[in-house]
Amino acid sequence: MVEHGDIRVVHCGGSKLNFRDPVITHDSRFLLCASGEAVKVFSTSTEECIHELRGHTGLVTGVLLRPSNHLQVYSSSLDGTVRLWDFTDGILIKTCVIGYPIYSFYASAKHENVIFIVTSMPSEKRAERFQLVAVHLPQSGDQLVEARELSAVLSGVNPNPAAIAFGRGGEFIASVNDLQLEVYFFKKQKSYRFFLKEDNKKGGWNTFTCVACHPKDDCIATGHEDGKIRLWRNFNHKKEYTYSTLHWHHSAVSSLCFTPEGTNLLSGGVESVLIQWRYKQESERDFLPRLGAAITHITVSPDGSLFCTSHSDNKITIIQSCVKVSAVIQGLVKGDSIRTDLMMDPRSKALVLNGKPGHLQFYSLQRDKLLYNLDIVQQEYIHESGLQQFEVVKAAFDASGLWLATVEERHQKAAELELNLKLWAFDEQTQSFVLNTTISAPHDAQITAMSFRQTADSQTTLLVSTSKDGHFKAWQLAAPAHTEDEGPSWLCDFVGAYHGLVPECCSFSADGSLLAVAFQEVVTVWSPATWELLTTLSQPPGAVSDLCFGRLSCSKYLLGTTASNLLCCWNLLTCSLEWSTSMDVRRLLVDPLSENMAAFCYQSGSTDLFVFKPSEPRPLFSRKAVCSGKVTQAVFAPREEMLESCEESSQWLNRSQLYFLTQQMDLMTFTTKAEEDRLLASSKQLVIDDTVAMTPFYLLLGKHRQQQQEHRDSDSSLWAERTALPQTSASIKELLQTPAHVLPSTSYLCSMFVQSLLISVSDVREEKAHAEEEMESEKEEEDSEEEMESSRSKPELVAAATESDAPALTKAQARELRRVRKLDHSWLAGLLDS
Amino acid sequence: MASFKPTKIQVYPKLGEKVTQDTLYWKNYKAPVQIKEFGAVTSIDFSPVTPHNFAVTAFTRIHIYGPFSQEPVKSFTRFKDTAYCGRFRSDGQLLVAGCEDSVVRLFDVSGKVALRLFKGHTKAVHLTDFTSDRYQILTGSDDYTCRLWDIPNATELTTYREHTDYIRCGVTSKLNRDLFITGSYDHTVKLFDARVEKSVITMDHGQPVESVLLYPSEGLLVSAGGRHVKVWDLLKGGQPLVSLKNHHKTVTSLALSSNGQRLLSASLDRHVKVYSTTNYKVVHNFDYAASILSLALAPDDESIVVGMTNSILSIKHRKNQEDSKEIAGQQRRRPSYRVFVKGKNYVPKQDDYLVSKPVKEHLAKYDKQLRRFNVSKALDTALETWIRFRKPEITMAVIKELDRRGTLKNALAGRDERGLSQLLNFLIGNFVDARFTPVLVTAAEMILDIYQSIIGQSPLVDRQLLRLQDLVEKEIDYQKELLEVLGMLDTMFASSLPRKEVPCSGIGKSNGLTQGEPSTSKPQLQVT
Repeated sequence: MVEHGDIRVVHCGGSKLNFRDPVITHDSRFLLCASGEAVKVFSTSTEECIHELRGHTGLVTGVLLRPSNHLQVYSSSLDGTVRLWDFTDGILIKTCVIGYPIYSFYASAKHENVIFIVTSMPSEKRAERFQLVAVHLPQSGDQLVEARELSAVLSGVNPNPAAIAFGRGGEFIASVNDLQLEVYFFKKQKSYRFFLKEDNKKGGWNTFTCVACHPKDDCIATGHEDGKIRLWRNFNHKKEYTYSTLHWHHSAVSSLCFTPEGTNLLSGGVESVLIQWRYKQESERDFLPRLGAAITHITVSPDGSLFCTSHSDNKITIIQSCVKVSAVIQGLVKGDSIRTDLMMDPRSKALVLNGKPGHLQFYSLQRDKLLYNLDIVQQEYIHESGLQQFEVVKAAFDASGLWLATVEERHQKAAELELNLKLWAFDEQTQSFVLNTTISAPHDAQITAMSFRQTADSQTTLLVSTSKDGHFKAWQLAAPAHTEDEGPSWLCDFVGAYHGLVPECCSFSADGSLLAVAFQEVVTVWSPATWELLTTLSQPPGAVSDLCFGRLSCSKYLLGTTASNLLCCWNLLTCSLEWSTSMDVRRLLVDPLSENMAAFCYQSGSTDLFVFKPSEPRPLFSRKAVCSGKVTQAVFAPREEMLESCEESSQWLNRSQLYFLTQQMDLMTFTTKAEEDRLLASSKQLVIDDTVAMTPFYLLLGKHRQQQQEHRDSDSSLWAERTALPQTSASIKELLQTPAHVLPSTSYLCSMFVQSLLISVSDVREEKAHAEEEMESEKEEEDSEEEMESSRSKPELVAAATESDAPALTKAQARELRRVRKLDHSWLAGLLDS
Repeated sequence: MASFKPTKIQVYPKLGEKVTQDTLYWKNYKAPVQIKEFGAVTSIDFSPVTPHNFAVTAFTRIHIYGPFSQEPVKSFTRFKDTAYCGRFRSDGQLLVAGCEDSVVRLFDVSGKVALRLFKGHTKAVHLTDFTSDRYQILTGSDDYTCRLWDIPNATELTTYREHTDYIRCGVTSKLNRDLFITGSYDHTVKLFDARVEKSVITMDHGQPVESVLLYPSEGLLVSAGGRHVKVWDLLKGGQPLVSLKNHHKTVTSLALSSNGQRLLSASLDRHVKVYSTTNYKVVHNFDYAASILSLALAPDDESIVVGMTNSILSIKHRKNQEDSKEIAGQQRRRPSYRVFVKGKNYVPKQDDYLVSKPVKEHLAKYDKQLRRFNVSKALDTALETWIRFRKPEITMAVIKELDRRGTLKNALAGRDERGLSQLLNFLIGNFVDARFTPVLVTAAEMILDIYQSIIGQSPLVDRQLLRLQDLVEKEIDYQKELLEVLGMLDTMFASSLPRKEVPCSGIGKSNGLTQGEPSTSKPQLQVT
């Protein structure tokens, strides 16, 4: 085996956005949220990520605006540090080492330089106990400080950040845990505890889930497991406390939030409905339904104009004044529900997999951004636990990206399987997929595999689906048979079976002339043109679980993996087994752009990767223990531009990149060193002015501007002279363009004028000596010109002078003219051309 | 915030006849006018000149009908015996007809008495026609001869004795005055040239020929006899092109639609079939009450006239194109409700403050109720009489949606006798519809679960439940029988299909080749 020191397995995109509640800045322009080991700064208007604040070495567990300076932000992490950032520039200001993993943290304007962190109790043996600790941040100018002044405030708190809240200007802190509400008053240094019974008579669960405090009033709102919200008042007495109950949610309240003025209370839960309760008129409430997925966090901007909800599908929704969703920041949706294979959209080069229930997500790997969600099921999603939903289980693209086939199924215990095969056509006008044909119950049982014929000239597109009912069916686009049909739709062209065996997988050869369908142990090869069974291949024992045709020069090979840990390669010219090897291949992939194939093998708890050519005995690349667990979903993504790597071991990565999903649902990829270097370089280049959001428009225009600037810079030293001009010419222009009769006296003007020139000289530092000389001479000239000022009647003379004879010109005018002539106007032409 | 996604109403495949351009065209005829004749209608011929009267030969009479008349505008009754084959000359002035008594009679259309009598045949004359120069008459007779006659002199010009059986059909060329074609019961179709003494081309049809037809281009010839309709290429010397066998009784008559794109054949099996002349596939089919003997199409397909053995003449007139269009146009113009939007075309100016109002999406009533989770009400709405009968797919979609939401049981429960009987009525009506069965089975099981305690309390519900039980039992028996038939067919197909060998190379010990016969079946179309 060859050593491959320079190929690394790296995480790729799609970190969680909904882990902690996001923060909206004071001016409501930015949204900060914890995302993996970084804090991401998003623009609230354009949804684009502006910076990533990187530096933490552990999971970021909280983001808070600094109460004393609203342009700075604190972030805490499991690595035991709290960092202070300037988010507008993306600069790390200070790192404060605390030394304990921080699970969540809080700050209040009243407690200056104190932050409250939740950390596990050091004394306790069990790690489940957490305590709230106040940390005094040391006031020193150093970059790295260590906080030593720690004092415990509350013990036995919930590490969930929603379970603790500051009340009324930071006078008290409320914490909920299990069935207990604890309120600690800082002034009195005293805490009160209130308990609830485990469940009430009606069988509701009283467990606390979240807490929020009214900003102006002594009122605490708590959310409960059974969907109730309780408003606690009068809690500074042990006995005489009261509470009122609000009930709308049918399951647990996951987040509560008061608006900054305290006029409204927002709540959300699994129903994915944002509810706005009027404070003190709780019977009146507003709803914002169908937010897409269960709400996990709610935050309100400091001015109360924007609401922001985090959702369980890795999404942040920004809502304007509780009526309109103004922006949606969507990350890659991951979860256990991914049942489709990873795919590449041939058009947008986006990674496609199912994300939200009933949707396919198109995720741009280059930009690490979700492009769009395609609604496959097109049904109202009912948020209810235990309900069987339609799920997208299979999807396939044809080679040109014109057609998309999806399979959705719903399996109920009592009833039979509901299956739909849908075919989507790409619409050039709307740039998205439009439903063309729905085939309900295409097969009697689950569909095991689906494949398009991969021919470039897709005049006769063909789709083959294999099913557990023992048949495979070929579907073909057919012209409308009836007059009332609008366009062509898909019809079944052929139904094939083989001895009643169940087909497990199918594959088309690269040129589309052969179809291989694996019926358990037997691989059958068919001709799609005539639907003739050409030959059968088999290699018992063990059913064939994956089939791949070779590409390009290896197109005569057919590879298959069997359940009994065999990887077989058949030669289709001789119809015989070329070679076979014993390995537990979980996923066999073929690179569409080269002969290479990749096999993910599962061995003793971890997955190995082999990249090989079917025609060569030695693998091109092999890597033991790529990740732990099984890999069942992987894809080769073609690169936008080919890499030029001369090393043999990394050549397989030149044309396409290999992405895979681990068992923990992390998206991983392989990178070479050269590529990483290039990426690093490009990320340095891409420092963007934070005032301008990084929109495609900006990139387009901005790049153009940059080019212009470079072009100008490269011109000559002449340009340096010109850049100095605006400062001087401002006063000149003022002087020249003001009508003579309104000008003040010349003596007054003179001193002002000279002064302006002096400043301009001091401003221009990088001017060459030559230029300075010129400037000085210029100054003299200007002075002399100034003296002649009275003789000049009109400022328009300059324009006139360019045409008239030379004698009328003053020295200054002549110089001006020279300068104008020397100027490079090519940039203007360039602008016009573009 | 996504909007409410309305319930998807599934479009089910239409059962029965598919609607094509041809069906639309051929269905666009009014209800037939039926006229009782005195005997079997053996021949119908349209006059080539306007107003396109047509001559109907039935028993001993020839009636001439106007294009829209119910009564004959003229009749020729001076036949001694059964008349045959009344045909117009190309100027529509003269009419010739054969007779059982072997005399051929020539009539002036405006007169009553025969102008000329052509005597010479010894047996019944079933074929008469004018040649294209208008001065000669072709006749074919049961005495195995066909003859050419001169009209002015009423003399016989030539006799051809090549056929060996009755000559029952024939046609003259419209382009060449010397060419004519005869079909005979000796299974042959012969092309004669009057300039030579014998037939030029002989085509073997295989069955007694009942009718021949020339294409307007006269390059192709169609002959009908027995159950077959055959097309011949005359330019290739009578080469057979196609043989169509779509009738199950003798084909008696042929016709071409006016544009030459469709061929019609009428048969004793009471059907008229329409073929496309490009691919010779049947594109449409007419049914008639009795065996058809003759068929004719008016120019421009304005009417289809069919004569039958039960002496009924059936005339179908084309629906007036303008009428139907006008009605459709009127319906399109008139909106169901009218909305006046003031300032609809107003373009906002620069300083205007734009207040945008969300577009209100129109939702059906059941969708509105589903949005509010009023499941019982939604089901009630879907079970309204109008929807239940006219659009059962809506009811089905709502039931399906409720099932998907897991609230079907709630929606079905708590109904009174009327509501329950309404529900059961719907079940009984649609239970055996293959498109609805999977969903309705679930619903029916739930209904039985919910209401089993009240069985016996209401005679109405009990009766309906019994009916439902009956229906299910019948359906099960029916399915069993179908499966038996399917099994029988499978055995037959398996024995009739040749056993196919899978090519197999000799090499490959490791490659355990298995010989197999691919069991292929016709695709079952389930596309919606």
